[in-house]
Amino acid sequence: MEIRELQAYANFFFTMFLVFLLYGYIVHLYRSEKKGERDYEKYADMALHDEISDAPVDVNPKTLDKKGKE
Amino acid sequence: MQSNAALEYDYSIAKLFTYTTILFGILGMIVGTLIASQLAFPELNYLLGEYGTFSRLRPVHTTVVIFGFTLSGVFATFYYVAQRVLKVSMAESKFLMVIGKIHFWLYFVGALLATISLLLGFTAGKEYAQYEWPIDIVIVIVWVLWGVSLFGIIGIRREKSLYISLWYYIACFLGVAMLYLFNNMEVPTALVSGYGNIMHSVSMYSGTNDALVQWWWGHNAVAFVFTVPIVAMIYYFLPKESGQAIYSYKLSLLSFWGLMFVYLWAGSHHLLYSPVPDWMQTMGSIFSIVLILPSWGSAINMLLTMKGEWNQLTENPLIKFMVLASTFYMLSTLEGPIQAIKSVNAIAHFTDWIPGHVHDGVLGWVVFMIMAAIFHMTPRMFKREIYSRKLLESQFWLQTVAVVLYFTSMWIAGITQGMMWRAVDEYGNLMYSFIDTVTVLHPYYAIRALSGVLYLVGFLMFAFNIYKTITASKRLEEEPQFKTPMA
Repeated sequence: MEIRELQAYANFFFTMFLVFLLYGYIVHLYRSEKKGERDYEKYADMALHDEISDAPVDVNPKTLDKKGKE
Repeated sequence: MQSNAALEYDYSIAKLFTYTTILFGILGMIVGTLIASQLAFPELNYLLGEYGTFSRLRPVHTTVVIFGFTLSGVFATFYYVAQRVLKVSMAESKFLMVIGKIHFWLYFVGALLATISLLLGFTAGKEYAQYEWPIDIVIVIVWVLWGVSLFGIIGIRREKSLYISLWYYIACFLGVAMLYLFNNMEVPTALVSGYGNIMHSVSMYSGTNDALVQWWWGHNAVAFVFTVPIVAMIYYFLPKESGQAIYSYKLSLLSFWGLMFVYLWAGSHHLLYSPVPDWMQTMGSIFSIVLILPSWGSAINMLLTMKGEWNQLTENPLIKFMVLASTFYMLSTLEGPIQAIKSVNAIAHFTDWIPGHVHDGVLGWVVFMIMAAIFHMTPRMFKREIYSRKLLESQFWLQTVAVVLYFTSMWIAGITQGMMWRAVDEYGNLMYSFIDTVTVLHPYYAIRALSGVLYLVGFLMFAFNIYKTITASKRLEEEPQFKTPMA
């Protein structure tokens, strides 16, 4: 096989792979929301409720507060 | 919760970087306006002897606006936003406060020394990477200090997940760290040979390899300094100022990973029609066009965030700043890919259309976004309302007119230039000499210089408004949740 032909095949399959990756990721995002595993949209609240006294969207288990209490 | 009641976010480092954003903004724009005027009126080259020539001042302009103004804005907003979205105060860690202060002072002194070194004529001769090796070492230390702050504050966070803006700040940190190091690999000549000036160095790469590494960095300076951290800002400040949640968090994920994957490949579009391998040029073109998708993904996400709330555009001038910024982001991320198409590039390359493109991006997108961020942060950091809404509105229109004048004049100048360089008569001889193009372009250069003056005046109005806000404006009893109060 000539190098040019090889390049063409490589180009075609690499493009297909990237397209698959892109759409696979979109499907993954929507599916995990539909199954109830994740709720991505709730994270938008991190910018809106950002007072230091506001409750975190997801509490970090290793926070300073917990360390302080130990 | 009781311990949190007394706790407040600590903005001391964000404030320091806010001051340098304004200082370097004024400095960079004065020099920019001067060199734009020099192109229209060459006598202005002789105001300050060798220190005032176009060739000395051009790198001063670009590096001061990139590494002085923009990076200061990036650091200022980072030290403000990171605490808030992670719900942790800088004051909770003495270590991070010390690192933050060293970060600022080393950055400030380094930036001044770097600018002086360029004025004295020490340059590595690579665009946006002109600083010589001793300055590069200082820059690396400053960057590592920022990394310690960045990952340090993430390490003590209360919020488990990282907000979108932080992904972009991290990408800015990692992207610049990698590319800056690789492009500035250089050999200090005096240390190796014993001859020459201690400041001087030569690149470790040669020929087209050097050019490729240079534009791998050069274009990604645009990506990771002018795009990524500015996107970080708009993802925080637009929702916060408008009180609207991001239209789609999922779209932001997709745009982020898309941008990260695609941007790094696009740099070779700066080398179209040069002796680098043809496939690399084509790759640069193709990736530039694919780049429209993730860029517009973020920009459309911003515009859709305002869905049903467009009345805010008339009620809140800061929303106007940010919507205009994201619109200019869309314009320049469409214009860039068009210029990267080989047949268009045949006309556009080396012409004034290129600085035209850069400036609708930076003046319309970067500066507008950073100014909006500072207008949002200042009342919260200093607990005072914005000094004057009228001044802010007039500044907005003055600078918008300036940007439009800048890019339209450069579009016309660039395409005229490209067409004249290529024009041949019936025998295949070139129809015009270089000086013919200069004569034709003079009015457009004069318009550009005028637009520089207008934009600079607008920026001085911004600086004055912020100064008066800090010193003389009405005090706020409590922090505004969304809309920034102004008199």
